[in-house]
Amino acid sequence: MTGVGGFFWERRGEITVLALQHLALVGVSTALAVAIGLPLGILLTRRPRLARPVLGVAGVVQTIPSLALFGFLIPLPLIGGIGARTAIVALIVYALLPILRNTHAGITSVDPAIVEAAVGLGMTPGERLRSVELPLALPVVLAGVRIAAVVSIGLATIAAAIGAGGLGVLIYRGIAIVDNRLILAGAVPAALLALLVDGTLGLVERRWSAWRSA
Amino acid sequence: MHKSLGGRAALDGFTLDVPAGETVALIGPSGCGKTTALKLVNRLLGPDRGTVRVLGRDVSGEDPIALRRRLGYVIQEGGLFPHWDVAGNVETVPRLLGWPAEKRRRRAEELLEMVGLPPGEFASRRPRELSGGQRQRVGVARALAADPPIVLMDEPFGALDPVARRVLQREFLDWKRRLAKTVLLVTHDLREAFRLADRVAVMNRGRVRQVGTREDLQRTPADGFVREFVAEESS
Repeated sequence: MTGVGGFFWERRGEITVLALQHLALVGVSTALAVAIGLPLGILLTRRPRLARPVLGVAGVVQTIPSLALFGFLIPLPLIGGIGARTAIVALIVYALLPILRNTHAGITSVDPAIVEAAVGLGMTPGERLRSVELPLALPVVLAGVRIAAVVSIGLATIAAAIGAGGLGVLIYRGIAIVDNRLILAGAVPAALLALLVDGTLGLVERRWSAWRSA
Repeated sequence: MHKSLGGRAALDGFTLDVPAGETVALIGPSGCGKTTALKLVNRLLGPDRGTVRVLGRDVSGEDPIALRRRLGYVIQEGGLFPHWDVAGNVETVPRLLGWPAEKRRRRAEELLEMVGLPPGEFASRRPRELSGGQRQRVGVARALAADPPIVLMDEPFGALDPVARRVLQREFLDWKRRLAKTVLLVTHDLREAFRLADRVAVMNRGRVRQVGTREDLQRTPADGFVREFVAEESS
């Protein structure tokens, strides 16, 4: 075990750089997925007939094996090619479903009596969304973001296959030269990152729920 | 007035006049259209045919948002916003109307005092920390916050236990005397209707069968339905 520890320590510089790259991939893609998924999820609550087909398509897209999706994206103009941009597009695609679904579920599960009170007291649709529906849906929305971020951390290791960098670089190199220590040098920090992000977002979620119903 | 919901006529030839300053209760069996009728007043629903006039003006020509802010609205179990404290809930409509914070707060305190929830103790509580009766009081205070001339109440005390219900009914009569509002109230409880309202409108199948005081309805029922309804419910 000291062998692996020493091995990690020797490569701490490279591991740190790749871990930061990894976090950047996940951070950027999750943020963009929120920027797309949140408004789209809200739109689906306003156009119920769209909800089923859109959530259905998003669900099907998620079943595409990730390595295949990365491959499909490479030949595409603008969003394709080799590198981080393609990886971010793929990660957004995967992050979209949990964010979309949870935004939709969070808002549609607000107690109808509360929504009726908001409308009946004279809130405009915008006021109702901002001051009632979104605050009450937020824990569910945050849970979706959390799932998206944690899943993305795992998926982003595969992004190294298309030259996007990140901790996957170490894993692929380890596989190529059959060196388990190198694989672990990528996998262990990735797992720790996932736990850290999960824990942090979980804490935010609980804080909000506690404040909301304190 | 006519209104269909889901292909079924909810209101079919409905007519009702609520004179200013009076409390009128709408009552009838489930599905008779009483809640539908109430929701037509603040345009939560729109009639298929017919007109609703509030203070003499046809509501179809008014902005529904502005209209609702001028009408008090109390719903069953309060429908309070769980993420706001009691004062925040009471201040809802004044805030929508853009009142300054100071004035809102004073108004909320005044109303909480009136509904028997001393603001010092209750203003910063959350709805979940209140009993059903207290929540309903907050719901009433919230409806009255911007001093609307007309208040709509949809089964306001329906979810309460009999004791809390009696207490709130008594207080309602006291508020009514002090505030001189026009109230349209939906209930399924004839005793409550007789106790709270100046006149009771008995509905069946989307239509008002008779409007009258307790004596009118008991002594000279307009038809067999009213006679049976009043007899059954009073027994």
